[in-house]
Amino acid sequence: MKTKILPFIFISLFFFVFLIFYKGLKNPNIYTPNLKIEKNIPIFKAQIFQKEKLISSEEIFKQDKFYLFNIWASWCIPCREEHIFLTQLSKQEKINIVGLNYKDKDENAKKFLSELGNPYDIILSDKNGILAIEWGAYGVPESFLVYDNKIVKKIIGPINEKSFLEFINLLK
Amino acid sequence: MKFLNYIIFIIFSLNINHSLAQNDDIKSEITKNLRCLICQGQSVHDSDSEFANSLKLLVDKKLNEGFNEKQIYNYLTEKYGEWILYDPEFNENTYFLWILPILMFLIGGAIILRVFIIKKS
Amino acid sequence: MASLIGYYSLIIGLFCSLLTIFYSIKNFNDNNVIKKEVLLFTFLQFFFVIISFLGLIVSFIISDFSNETVFNHSHTTKPLFYKISGTWGNHEGSLLLWLLVLTLFIFLFLLKSNNQPKKYRILTLAFQQIIITGFFIFLIKTSSPFNYIFPIPSEGLGLNPILQDPALAIHPPILYLGYVGSSIIFSSALAATASGYISKDWAKHIKGWVLISWFFLTLGILLGSIWAYYELGWGGFWFWDPVENVSLMPWLALTTLLHCILALEKRSILTSWAIILSIATFTLSMCGTFLVRSGILNSVHTFANDPERGLFILIFLFSLIFLSLFIFFYFHKNENKNFKFFLLSKETSILVNNWFMMYFLSVILVGTIYPIFLEVISSKKISVGPPFYTKLIIPFLIPFLFAMAIGPKLKWIKSDVQNKINLIIFLVISFLISFLILKNLNDNFLLNSILLTSAFYLFFITTKDFMIKKVQNFSQNLAHFGFSLLILSILLNNIFSTEVITNLKIGETFKSKNLSINFQSMDQKDEQNFKSLIGKFKINSSKDETIILKPELRIYNQPNIITSEADIKISLLKDRFITMNSVKNQNYFNIRYQVKPFMIWIWISVLLISFGGIISFFKKIYEN
Repeated sequence: MKTKILPFIFISLFFFVFLIFYKGLKNPNIYTPNLKIEKNIPIFKAQIFQKEKLISSEEIFKQDKFYLFNIWASWCIPCREEHIFLTQLSKQEKINIVGLNYKDKDENAKKFLSELGNPYDIILSDKNGILAIEWGAYGVPESFLVYDNKIVKKIIGPINEKSFLEFINLLK
Repeated sequence: MKFLNYIIFIIFSLNINHSLAQNDDIKSEITKNLRCLICQGQSVHDSDSEFANSLKLLVDKKLNEGFNEKQIYNYLTEKYGEWILYDPEFNENTYFLWILPILMFLIGGAIILRVFIIKKS
Repeated sequence: MASLIGYYSLIIGLFCSLLTIFYSIKNFNDNNVIKKEVLLFTFLQFFFVIISFLGLIVSFIISDFSNETVFNHSHTTKPLFYKISGTWGNHEGSLLLWLLVLTLFIFLFLLKSNNQPKKYRILTLAFQQIIITGFFIFLIKTSSPFNYIFPIPSEGLGLNPILQDPALAIHPPILYLGYVGSSIIFSSALAATASGYISKDWAKHIKGWVLISWFFLTLGILLGSIWAYYELGWGGFWFWDPVENVSLMPWLALTTLLHCILALEKRSILTSWAIILSIATFTLSMCGTFLVRSGILNSVHTFANDPERGLFILIFLFSLIFLSLFIFFYFHKNENKNFKFFLLSKETSILVNNWFMMYFLSVILVGTIYPIFLEVISSKKISVGPPFYTKLIIPFLIPFLFAMAIGPKLKWIKSDVQNKINLIIFLVISFLISFLILKNLNDNFLLNSILLTSAFYLFFITTKDFMIKKVQNFSQNLAHFGFSLLILSILLNNIFSTEVITNLKIGETFKSKNLSINFQSMDQKDEQNFKSLIGKFKINSSKDETIILKPELRIYNQPNIITSEADIKISLLKDRFITMNSVKNQNYFNIRYQVKPFMIWIWISVLLISFGGIISFFKKIYEN
């Protein structure tokens, strides 16, 4: 009896491990932290782009309005691609676009905006990258759709057509 | 005898070499335990990427605000998930992770004692 | 042209392997001699794999960009040495290297086993052929190094400059001799089980192969660590990264197998363990290949990730495992009547070795694949990093080191501990020395002191054993001595390393209580395939001589990346290590200066361990 259990254990273990590995192969390997619950936006004070003044999150984010918090930089190539969508979104009344200029030189950022247009209602400066981390971002570009001081949706990477259409839908 | 003298010499030079612990040490401890999320398998301490540098500044900032190690880890796992920690916490996700090897050790030891060792009767 | 030859050579090689199977089946029930055809085709399959491999090397040397692999991984401006080593620095080429070692080893096995039972030899060949044929098909179907692209590009995509390094260039061939070499042990164990040949004679025969495989595996891992140390810039040499773990696991199984073979040879015991470990070593090697190349794991050294290839390896691997489990359970009869041992005996100490090694193996195995399981079952993603492994392994090293000191002294069957007074004296000395070294430390004092005591204990015991004129077990003693030295150096290095991180502009100086780092100047140089910025730093330290260190920043053109090259001043007592990194948008540099005691002893000790193995191998050859 004892000798019969052992092979049985091995065989079942064998199939179990095989199944797990098989399914594991199918999984994509890009990690996106799951936002299962709607998280609150962080409370912060940030420097306004090209000004000495600080502004607080309460002054920026009001109730009953949509905000798109977009992290960008002049040295970031995909940011150029998503800029068209940002410009389109800025024309929508129901949403304000807040930009966070990430680890950038002011002159380069200014050049970027004069070349591609400025869709932002207000731009903040994050020279050391800490504010981006407070939002839970780790690169550029990343965007957060905010409503009622909560993060409704998070986009890692540039905004593409699909996300753009999603935003338009949500705004209605 | 000469060999022993050499060893004593090494002991003393090591003692002088060793520096006392500082705040920097805690920061190193923490950043060594954090994964650099945009690198392929490096800790924040070892990495020089933008993200790692920002995170090091953030850890500094939080330490100065009075956060302790555990609080900083909680703060970061809230934003990034448990994946950012290299030392897996002991929670419902990781019971098997920590217990399985120990279990195997104990079972192995039990089997050896029972099956292989001659008991003194 | 070379690629064409390479490709068709591969096809012919596949046919030879099929013919080898055919003739060995035909030869199976024949008389006691292996037919010439079998030997011939075993040789021919090896021969054509060599031709194919040479074809690939030539394609790299002449920068034949019509070959997709060469295009993806080479560049006309790469130095010749790295063009050649680029051959196996990619997925397809490394698989060709696998095939090379697989076919070489089975050919050598047939040549060198003339005094072994014929059935056993033919069966070993058969099992090895299953692996070889599988790899031929895998290579040709999914990972051919000879894919043709048109139009022919004028320039290649270049190899990652981090991989353009001498240690890394020879690391794969050496590692594979170990890794892939364990395939022979696998096939041989299955063959011996199926033909009822698990015995002292089999153990004696296979021991040489185990030693060779173990020797190269140890060296391969050493090379990888040395490379990581001076190239990756963080001053560490082991990160418990999945790819590192995946090479350590077969090593643990192989080391345990080595000890079991010794027991099997002397006392005909632990037969089941010997078979299981033989299967496990190669299985872990292949498992490692699967984990690293399929994209299922995330690590520093992953090759090009491709789930399709992963699926093939997965199915192949699990078929092999299933086959070996079947053979083990069906054929192996444990008839050993005297498998009970006295507590104080060499048999028990080998059993204890098994016990601890399997524990270490399980820690690494669970740590490496648990995240995969968790993610599949519950979609949660966690990291398992260095803290996990050190927490679970370090405490168990203490009894393990003590057992290593006492175990070899015990006799077979029944023993007592001789010279108890001496052993206790050494224990006290070890403890006193550890106490003196660690007395200024605050954290982990208890754990560190006991650990250091046990390491010193093994060190002193093995050193004393060298003085005794028993040359008989010199190789074993050397390996154990090397291991004690390894633990000692790692421990002391860990505890007493210091690090300074600071930002400096050219001309600035960092000052602390005992140290000043002066950023004197910066030079520019143009090399064959990169531009180099060399910083000159004067390090003034109150305890050491003043030195100049010159870390480098390399700006490569193809591909477009910047790497940081450390400058290391090596001495017997310590390494002094500096790296320089540019900071975005700033005109200062980030400087990391580390003092790492006893670093070189870590490498020397692993060399000593491997020497223990190779000396034992040559002793065996000499005795025959």
